Order: sequence, then structure tokens, then C-alpha cells
Amino acid sequence: MAIAVIAILTFGFLDFAGIIDNPLLQKIQFGPALFSVSIVTLVCLIAGTLIFGRLYCSVVCPLGIFQDLFNWLSKKFDKKKKYGYKPEQPWLRWGVLAVLIIAWVCGFTFLVGLLEPYSAYGRMADELFRPIYLFGNNLLAIISEKMGSYRFFKVVISLKSITAFVVALLTLLVVGHISYHHGRTWCNTICPVGTLLGFFSRFSLLRMRIDKDKCNHCLACQRKCKAFCIDSANQKIDYSRCVDCFDCIDSCKQKAISYGPVKCTKTTVKTADNVDESKRQFLKSTLVIAALAPAALEAKVAGTKDTRVPMSPPGSISHKNLLQHCTACHLCVSKCPSHVLKPAGMEYGLGGIMQPVMKFDQGYCNYDCNLCSQVCPAGAIRPITVEQKHSTQPGRVVFNKDICVVNVNRTSCGACAEHCPVQAIHMVPFQGGLTIPETTPDLCVGCGGCEFICPVKAVHIEGNPIHLEAKAPEQDTNIQTQDFDFGF
Amino acid sequence: MDRRDFLKTLAAAGALVTVKSSGMMDVMASTMPATATASDGKADLAAIMNGEPAEMLQAAMKELGGIERFIKKGDKIVIKPNIGWDRTPELAGNTNPDLIAALIKMCQDAGAAEIKVFDHTCDNWSRCYDHSGIDAAVKKAGATMVYGHEQSSYQNVEIPKGVSLKSAQVHKAIIECDKWINVPVLKNHGGALMTCAMKNHMGIVWDRRAFHSRGLHQCIADICTYKPAVLHIVDAYRTVATNGPQGRSASDVVLTKALFASPDIVAVDTAAGKFFTQINKNIKFEDIEHIPDGQKHGLGTMDLESINVKRVRL
Repeated sequence: MAIAVIAILTFGFLDFAGIIDNPLLQKIQFGPALFSVSIVTLVCLIAGTLIFGRLYCSVVCPLGIFQDLFNWLSKKFDKKKKYGYKPEQPWLRWGVLAVLIIAWVCGFTFLVGLLEPYSAYGRMADELFRPIYLFGNNLLAIISEKMGSYRFFKVVISLKSITAFVVALLTLLVVGHISYHHGRTWCNTICPVGTLLGFFSRFSLLRMRIDKDKCNHCLACQRKCKAFCIDSANQKIDYSRCVDCFDCIDSCKQKAISYGPVKCTKTTVKTADNVDESKRQFLKSTLVIAALAPAALEAKVAGTKDTRVPMSPPGSISHKNLLQHCTACHLCVSKCPSHVLKPAGMEYGLGGIMQPVMKFDQGYCNYDCNLCSQVCPAGAIRPITVEQKHSTQPGRVVFNKDICVVNVNRTSCGACAEHCPVQAIHMVPFQGGLTIPETTPDLCVGCGGCEFICPVKAVHIEGNPIHLEAKAPEQDTNIQTQDFDFGF
Repeated sequence: MDRRDFLKTLAAAGALVTVKSSGMMDVMASTMPATATASDGKADLAAIMNGEPAEMLQAAMKELGGIERFIKKGDKIVIKPNIGWDRTPELAGNTNPDLIAALIKMCQDAGAAEIKVFDHTCDNWSRCYDHSGIDAAVKKAGATMVYGHEQSSYQNVEIPKGVSLKSAQVHKAIIECDKWINVPVLKNHGGALMTCAMKNHMGIVWDRRAFHSRGLHQCIADICTYKPAVLHIVDAYRTVATNGPQGRSASDVVLTKALFASPDIVAVDTAAGKFFTQINKNIKFEDIEHIPDGQKHGLGTMDLESINVKRVRL
């Protein structure tokens, strides 16, 4: 089941042909659900954890399943692979979470996105696995074209952003390495979702239990536990770290471990109490720092101004909204059929690294396409209809007549007006029979068609930090609709 | 297939294509002057009004002497419509799909060995192919829809007669076919003022920005000298009269119910241009410079009096 989940979810990132239009599995991920404040999903996930424990980490979280694959591989190469018991690192776990909360409050969402497991996996899928998939498709297309079939078509493979590629590669190497050698250590020390769900799984209804009478302290289960959470000597299990992989059940020859409803809570409550102290301190200090820091950082972000204002995708409402919600999973980037959405570098400032930004060097935003707004699981790009998109202005056109070819070369062009779906750029009479662009920025929907096609980049789109409304164009009346002949 | 085999196949295919296209070029060169004078009562240009796309095509071909005048049995044919925009047929941004379907049927009946249809679209290609209705019409009619969104489908060719455009990357389908039929849709165009048969050639090349920076009208005329189509069929069933070439909404579209067909590209654009300037009176025919540029290249005549024009109202 876990393999099916990861396969379908990954395909959601790879799929360029629109086979899965509304990826559901992406929407039930904890991180995005938290950021989009989708109460129903959150309640279901937390309730699920309270009942079943951290089953989420084994069958829903793609990064978790991905680590299990590495772990499984490592066992193929090292048949005698053993784990053990290690005490919990509450300071580290809650420390990471605290830092992330502070970072988010300060508008430094980049860090949150970096460690949020679903987004980390999404970036790996988009930046690393997708090019491989596309390459395979292109080979298939070449072969099928040779055989006279145009059933498969070639697609453009490009590096969308060096930053995102490097981050994805590092994530793959670090998480891959840790999971290969140390099981689920990442999930139980770094992963913020692991920490949060671990908090709830302490109290889960169904859990692993050691039958103290049957257990002969053979340590078999402890050696098998990739979460390092079974203390076989003391017959204790740290439920905050157990990810419900059930490896221990199979390992126990005495049949002393089983998964079922909790009976006696004495021991577990004790461990929970021990941890609570440190946790409370963390939360306190987190809140204090979080309360103090944002003002200082906001001033810094405002200070870093580029000459060009970046454009966030339609539906994202404003740069601020994007910054608050986007964990940079790059689902929108992978889905954008026109290759317009790219992971940002420093366009939005430090906090917005890797969040989607519209770039028009490879294409322009299709007037009737709203795919990115439909797939975003985190509420960073809100779902908008095509009609709503037509009246949204994420950026507006700027025309530089001094370098326009019509003005400079005195030849006709009109490529910008040709590509404008709303005639925010239209051609007006110039010298002789020539026509030259004229802009009506209020009509502009910021699709970037003009910027993309302009041979000298005399037109470009300037982003609106807070999206505006695009006015509806007035209808032309100067058309002869009847009484015409051949005309020659 | 290992890499060596793959390279071998590639080399063989490349060689084959080269031999084929050079052989074909000779044939094309000999048929270059498409402005043949009227022969045995067959029209040089057919102008049809007041019909549905398919029946206007039938009427036009009857006047011109049948599709057999232009293609032979066993020919590999390419049909090049305008599929530039993500627009439905009602908005007339693209060639009418019914017309394309009827033309495919005609070519099949004439014994065409292979019929390919493509365009280098402006908007996202798959949306254009889908929403224009052309992809579905072509597949239903049993012809092949070819992709034009990817640079590897294009090959660099010389344009010896070009004034501003000396070479261009042209789609392999055009390079490799025996004959091709140009099926533009008549529309207003912000830069070129009108887009029709000559302007439709911008869809056979990869890098269109070069056209815009080197002088649009001259480049359009230049590309038309590369490998002239045997027949030009202008769809003017619905016409984007203003705010072209996309049009903003249905209010830019006029139901004109016309069709023009001729082997002479300059004549057909002249006829369509004069027809068009009745509908959009803001545009002067004289300002559509690429048409006289085409005449200068010897691609045809703007003097409709000198050729046999048949006008038919259905």
C-alpha cells in the first residue's frame, strides 16, 4: 500500500500529459494541510494518529516511504544489518520545531519548506525524478516517430532553477544517507511533522505492546527497529517515535509483541511527563523569540528591493500570502504546462527562496489555464476559476518605446499585441502604414505573452506585490457585419 | 537497441531524408511559377460565398478543376492550417475544423499515400490542438496529427531568394512531403494588418522572433519562396475582424461565410485582402506590404483582372 501511495504521488509530479489533473494524495499531507488550515484534513490526520499511532509516517508521507525504500535496499546489501535502542533527543526534536516556528513567524518560510517532508520529497520528484521520466518519454517519442506513430510526443527538459536542483539533490543525499545507515533517524530528530505527530502518537489508542511474561529479553525486536525506539531491556517502547512499521512483530519469536488497544498506561504516561518539561521550555522560548523577531526581519525584507518586482502566480493574492503559505513542494511548478512557474531565487527575498515565481523566458501563462491554483495543497495559490483568473492582475505591462523595433527599424512587428489575449497592448497607427504598440495596463492580466515574444524585450511585465483587478475590455463596434460583397 | 544501433539508424534516416529532399527540390523548382495562365477553362482563383465550409470547398474545387489538378495518387501530403491560438472554432482564431476534415477526405479520395497535419502554435500546443477541434477532426478523418512544439522537429534550410531572411528552421513535415496545401484562416492582425495565406507560413518555421526583428512583411514574403504550397485555401467562414489575430471575444468575429482558393498565393491574398478591408474599414489594402513583396518575388500576381477568377454565390 505504501508503495502504491508513493508511486501515485510521485506520478502526480511527473505526469506532464494531464492524466491526473487533481492530485488527491498531495492534499492529505500534514504540512500543506497545516498551512492551508484545512481543518477537516488536520482533524482526520490527528484523530488517525490518536487512534493508530504514526501510521501516517509509514503509508502517507512520501519522504517516509522513500526512506523505507532506502532502508530496504540497505538490508539487501547488508543481511546482518542491526539497529538498537537510542534514547529520544527531545531538545533536538523540539528545538528544530521551535526554530521553524520562529522562522515562519519571521517570514522565513524557506526553512520550513526545506524540512517539511512532503515538500522536500516533492522537490526531489520535480527536480530529479521528473527529468529522468521526461527523458524516457522522449526516447519513446523518437522511437515511435521512427515507426511512423505520433502517439508520443517530445517534451522540453530544462533545469528550472539551480538553487532548487541543488537543494533537492542535497535532500536526496542527506535523507538517503541517514535512512540507509540509521533508519528513521531523520523522522525522529529533524522532521517537524514527525515531532508533532509523535506528540499525539504517545496517546494513541492502538499501539505496539510487549507482553512482559512472554518476552525473554532477546533483543530481536530492538535490533529490527529502524526507529530505535524499543528498549527491550526495560520492555519499553517510545511511542512518540514508533512509526507503526510492524517489523518488530515479525521479528519476535516469542510472539510477545502485538499491535492492539492500550491496556495499562502507567509506564507510557511517565515517559510523556518526562519529556513534557523540556517541551514546555521550548515552546515558551519559541513564543518569546517569535514575538520579538518579526519586526526586525520585515524591515530587512523590505530593504532588499530588486529593480524588477517579481510576479507571483494568479490566485496567490499577494507576495505576503504566498510567503506565509507556500512550502515550496513545486507541484505547481511541475504542473505548469507553459513552463512559466519557476522556483524563485532571491526574487522574493530570503524567506521566499524556491517559492514559485512567473518567468517568461520559456513560455507565457495560458489565458484559460488555472491548473496551478487547482493543485496547490497549501493554500498558497488559492483555487480560482478561469473567469476569476481573467479579472486578476498579478502584474502589469510596461512598454519601452525607445527600443521597440517599429520605432527603431521602422518595420512592422506587432508580436506583442498579437499575443495579448485582452488587447492591453494593441497596435495604433504610426508613421506610414506602420502600427506601434500602445498599452492599457488596466486591462492587463500579466500573462507575459508580450514579454515572451518581443524580439528586443521592449515590453515586460512588472509584478504587483498585491494582486489587482484587471478591468474587462470594452467591445469594439467598428465592424461591418453585413452587406459585404466579394470586394474585388 | 544499443547506442551504436541507434546512431546507425539515425545516420541512415538522415541520409535518406537528404536524398529525398534534394530530389524533390528539383521537382519543386520546375513547378515554381505557380501563376500558370488559365488552361482549358479551369479557374485560377475561385471565390465562394454563402455556404458551409465543406460545401464551399466542393464548389471551389469544381471551379479549379478538382483536387487531382494539384495532387497525384501516392503523394505524401501535408495540410497546414492555422492552429495558432487556444480558441474554439466559434471564435475563429484557427482554421475551421470542418474544412480540414473535408479537405482530408478529398485528398484521400484522390489517392494520397499519407496526409499529415501540423502547425507551430503560439499558445500551448496541446490546448490549441484540442480546443481548435482540429486534432479531433484530423484523427476522425484518418489522417495524422504531427507535433510542431519542439525544436527537434525543425531543420535549417537556405532561402536563396530571401531578401531579409536567408535561412530558417522549417518543420520536417514540410521539408519531407511531396506536396503541401496551405489552409489559412482570414483574420485581422495587429502587426501585419491581415493574416492569410502568406502570413500562415510563419507556422512552418521555428524561430518567429527573427521575422519580427528583421522586418515582418519582407520575411513573410521571403519564407513563401522556400517551397510553395500547391494550393492555398482561405477559410473565411468566420472572420476575426478586429483585435486580431486572437480576437478578445465573439464580438470581434463576423460570420462572413466565404472561401477563396487558388494555386497563386499572391492572388488569393489579394482577393482575401480586398474582401477583408470591406469588413474592417480601418485597414487599407495598400498597407498590407507583404502582398506586393510577394509579387516582387514572382510568387504570383495582384492583378486579378489578368487571371481567370470565378465568383460563386451558393
